[in-house]
Amino acid sequence: MSSYDARFRVWRGDAGGGDLADFSVEVNDGEVVLDIIHRIQATQASDLAVRWNCKAGKCGSCSAEINGRPRLMCMTRMSVFDREDVITVTPLRAFPVVRDLVTDVGFNYTKAREIPAFVPPSDLGPGEYRMQQEDVDRSQEFRKCIECFLCQDTCHVVRDHEENKTAFAGPRFLMRVAELDMHPLDAASSSGLDRKRTAQEDHGLGYCNITKCCTEVCPEGIHITDNALIPLKERAVDRKYDPVVWLGDRIRRRKG
Amino acid sequence: MATGTEPHPPSSAGAQGVRDRSRATIAAGHLRTDRWWLAPAGTAAGLLAFVVYSTWRAFANADYYHAPYVSPFYSPCLAQNCKPMHAGPNWEIFGPWWGLSPALLILIFPLGFRLTCYYYRKAYYRGFWASPPACAVPEPHKKYTGETRFPLILQNVHRYFFYAALVVAGILTYDTVLSFRNEKYEWGHMGLGTLVFLLNITLIWAYTLSCHSCRHIVGGRLKHFSKHPVRYRLWGWVSKLNGRHMLLAWASLVSVALADFYVYLLASGAFDDPRFF
Repeated sequence: MSSYDARFRVWRGDAGGGDLADFSVEVNDGEVVLDIIHRIQATQASDLAVRWNCKAGKCGSCSAEINGRPRLMCMTRMSVFDREDVITVTPLRAFPVVRDLVTDVGFNYTKAREIPAFVPPSDLGPGEYRMQQEDVDRSQEFRKCIECFLCQDTCHVVRDHEENKTAFAGPRFLMRVAELDMHPLDAASSSGLDRKRTAQEDHGLGYCNITKCCTEVCPEGIHITDNALIPLKERAVDRKYDPVVWLGDRIRRRKG
Repeated sequence: MATGTEPHPPSSAGAQGVRDRSRATIAAGHLRTDRWWLAPAGTAAGLLAFVVYSTWRAFANADYYHAPYVSPFYSPCLAQNCKPMHAGPNWEIFGPWWGLSPALLILIFPLGFRLTCYYYRKAYYRGFWASPPACAVPEPHKKYTGETRFPLILQNVHRYFFYAALVVAGILTYDTVLSFRNEKYEWGHMGLGTLVFLLNITLIWAYTLSCHSCRHIVGGRLKHFSKHPVRYRLWGWVSKLNGRHMLLAWASLVSVALADFYVYLLASGAFDDPRFF
């Protein structure tokens, strides 16, 4: 077992201001960035604020930016860095900072509430739902989401343009719309809710320019862009921009 | 709200993006230490090289046919000023009034297909427009409306260019079949050019069929795969190809330029087609 001292720069401050603070801290074999942050907290800065919980990449709490890249601290091994590297850890830069590495991710909860929930089919009661595996495969991929909000943080639509936060739900919640629209038992359309249309009109799907940063940072490896956002864009095209599909739906009343 | 917090009001003008006053005060726009610029720079350089080459070839109006090969940039040839190609893809739809290169009549379709392609959109938004240049690297634009307004809302016509691309791929397949002739138009022959054409058409079809719109049309639009087993199977195949869409986009871009350049070398007399039989 070998250990060495690594050089860390950790952002410290709050909504009133702050700066990067330098630390020299011991690193041991097999450790991850969150271990080092905890060591700094235990030995050098006992008031360092950091949000964490499972240390297993499943709770989505310890999201931060490590050397400028949105990542989970608990899933970033120290072995990926050279010993000479200076490792910078900052809070998520798309959201308001609360203190040190903790940000206010309330934007995401607001957006979550704006997505209409699953609409139960009227002809089925509890316990009567039956679905084929191939019908739920697509939605199940999206259910792997741990809501770390790294995709929301890296998406330039809101990261670089605060003013877009009102109109744009972000990749995580557009993926939620896609998940529900692909759900075999979701009865939204029969209740008058057109998820394809609202994705474009209410949740800002058109802001997405599919540059795939959400997919790049997803710690669960969900193909957000290819499997959720682009299919959702194509579904929106069916509704809003493709007269042939519109006519076909009118004539044949097809349901798929 | 779970956190008991409310979204912060927008900051005053002048504090943009990651420098918004509600966010952590960090002077640098980004803190990435890797070579994040390499991918967008390489992408931009590659696309620019193709644009320069294809513009030259499209406007050249020369050296695009050497029996039995026709350049994919000039196929189908739809003007009266096309070189005669025996049993080739000639249709004199545009009469003598068309004085420009016939390539311009047909290239609009593959160009539109690639320009609205979901992969190329990512490539040129990042490479040319820096929107964003790389993940977590701030973009230089003060305002962003994405694909919600004209002209970028027109990206939604991608599926129509996909339909056109199917037709173009069909015609290029016909050209490849014609390449099994010799220069006297006798069947049952093959040269190095035939292999170049075979490689090109394979990559063109793979790229075309791996398209996200194709994936949607084939089966992605369905809610219940279990009710459409054939379309589900097709969707599965297209999805596998779709996973390599970027690779196929580049490979087919290079192969189409290579096929055109090969015909150029033959037509200009710089090279003789080695014949196998």
